[in-house]
Amino acid sequence: MRRDFILAGVILGLALLIGWRAPVFLTLATLDDIATDTAILAMMALAQMLVILTRGIDLSVAAMLAFCGMAAALVGQALPELPVGLLLILGPAVGLGLGAINGAFVAWLNVPPIVVTLASMSLYRGATFLLSGGLWVSSHDMPAAFREFPTERLFGLTHLVWLALLAVLLAYGVLRYSRFGRSIYTYGGNPSAARYVGIASKRVLFSVYAISGAVAGLCGALWVGRYGIAFTDAAQGFELQIIAACVIGGVSIAGGIGTVLGCLLGVIFLGIIGNALPIMAISPFWQMLIFGAVILAAVTINRQKGRAAKIILRPKTAEGG
Amino acid sequence: MTKFLKTASLAVIVGVLAMNSADAADKVRVAMLVKSLGNGFFEACKEGGIEASNELGNVELIYTGPTTATAEGQIELMNALIAQKVDAIAISANDADALVPVAKKAAERGIKVISFDSGIASGRLLQLNPSNASLIGQKQVQMALDAVGKAGGDVAILSATAQATNQNIWIAEMKKELAKPEFSSLKLVSTVYGDDQADKSYRETQGLLKSFPNLKAIIAPTSVGIVAAAKAVADQGLIGKVYVTGLGLPSEMKGHVQSGATKSFAIWNPVDLGYTAVYAAVQFTKGELKGKAGEKVPVGRMGTLTIDDKGEAAMAEPFTFDKDNVLKYAKYF
Repeated sequence: MRRDFILAGVILGLALLIGWRAPVFLTLATLDDIATDTAILAMMALAQMLVILTRGIDLSVAAMLAFCGMAAALVGQALPELPVGLLLILGPAVGLGLGAINGAFVAWLNVPPIVVTLASMSLYRGATFLLSGGLWVSSHDMPAAFREFPTERLFGLTHLVWLALLAVLLAYGVLRYSRFGRSIYTYGGNPSAARYVGIASKRVLFSVYAISGAVAGLCGALWVGRYGIAFTDAAQGFELQIIAACVIGGVSIAGGIGTVLGCLLGVIFLGIIGNALPIMAISPFWQMLIFGAVILAAVTINRQKGRAAKIILRPKTAEGG
Repeated sequence: MTKFLKTASLAVIVGVLAMNSADAADKVRVAMLVKSLGNGFFEACKEGGIEASNELGNVELIYTGPTTATAEGQIELMNALIAQKVDAIAISANDADALVPVAKKAAERGIKVISFDSGIASGRLLQLNPSNASLIGQKQVQMALDAVGKAGGDVAILSATAQATNQNIWIAEMKKELAKPEFSSLKLVSTVYGDDQADKSYRETQGLLKSFPNLKAIIAPTSVGIVAAAKAVADQGLIGKVYVTGLGLPSEMKGHVQSGATKSFAIWNPVDLGYTAVYAAVQFTKGELKGKAGEKVPVGRMGTLTIDDKGEAAMAEPFTFDKDNVLKYAKYF
């Protein structure tokens, strides 16, 4: 909890600092833009956190996003009469399948997650190319409703922001109160012990990758609608930003540690950096340098202090000493 | 009469057979190595390349490129093409310098290397520029002025990556044009880089719109950037206040031209560019041309290229698209 306060403080300080250099940054319109812009990152980071909590990693998320986005866009192009809801369901449905492939390899064939998802990252990106034949689907080729859905407003906020808020609540509820959520922490904390207490480890592992795929699929459909373009290189390198958001938010790459709040703060942090640098008119090379330095600084400030949190029964003597 | 027909058709058949066997014996294998696969611009170049190889008759075209636009991927593919002993390579490079050693290696093995679109610094016989850099710069600044009207105002440039060879040359040319008296009403306030990624280009455009409330036009000399900029302008409800122009493809821009976010944009015809690149590459395989200054390269329906003292040649001036012609061309590329 204390780490989250520090990170929140850093975010506030950063926002004020940027606002001081560029006052336009501290307006409601900018806040709205940042929220809409980071909504996809937030959903993707939360799904990635589930995977990282189980000591895994999913590098294929951006490729799944591109594939599902392309699939939804192509179907939308071919059948413009289709209701937008169906296209938005198609994304996660396809993503669920792709994620399940990852999950099957990790859970039942015992291939290390980094290997599985590194391979599938390339596989899904290649499949996107084959699916589209290398062509773009641009905004006017998609149904108008599909294009407009992500940025349409409900009670003042865009659909994207509402979906992200829903994802936050869902992730919080599941991780805190459901048996599945607690199993994820238990497995990540100690896989052997999890087996002894009767957790269906393989099913848990499979599920987190499948969920990651489904979320990437939903985000793919939203991404394509929002930016009005589906192409093979869509969201290239996005997986690194997603993982960075988790790590900045205090999710331990070693598994078992991480909270929804922390993850969300990590997302907001990256969202502010990503939107502030263009406004401040800084040279692109400085942008890259600042981006890297800031991540390193944030992770250092926010690092896990030892593994103390994992000691369930603290020896009495240690407390006294 | 019937006898004459028979004889004539027999002669034709024999002739065709003879040509076919000659083709099989000395087919010229030309590789078109592009920046990345899945880019509409290069897909259109491929169409032109196919047209040229069909027209020349004895050419086999190999179209290839890395899946992401990196110099490393292109070096690997160059090595593979050298191993396949192709006759000529026409490349659009992701890096002006990184491809030089492997291009020289290809030349040592007798492969004729030319570059097109985005050039390599040396080690090639010819750099085929789609147009003349100063013409491209002038055209874009002119389109910006046409869009905002005589009163002028603030303009900004949204580019691809900060180290892209062609982008930086065009930006330099645009700055030269803006310094001229006829464009004095336009004021360049910022140059930003969207890395040819839709989301980053969109974000950079949002940044521009916020930082410069008096912005009148955005010039994006990149097909990903111009689409993202037009989308961002439309999303912010600034159609009619901020105009997007630059270089783009008709099929990808037609929606934005119809919405009014873009009045006009330009591009050289990529079909023509691919056609010219392949046609020129084949001419080099004949062995007479050495890539020296002043040499003339015949390029079929596109006329003749003249190589300048930098080993470069320009194809044609960029072509302007607006609401009157965009739909017609959108069918092609």
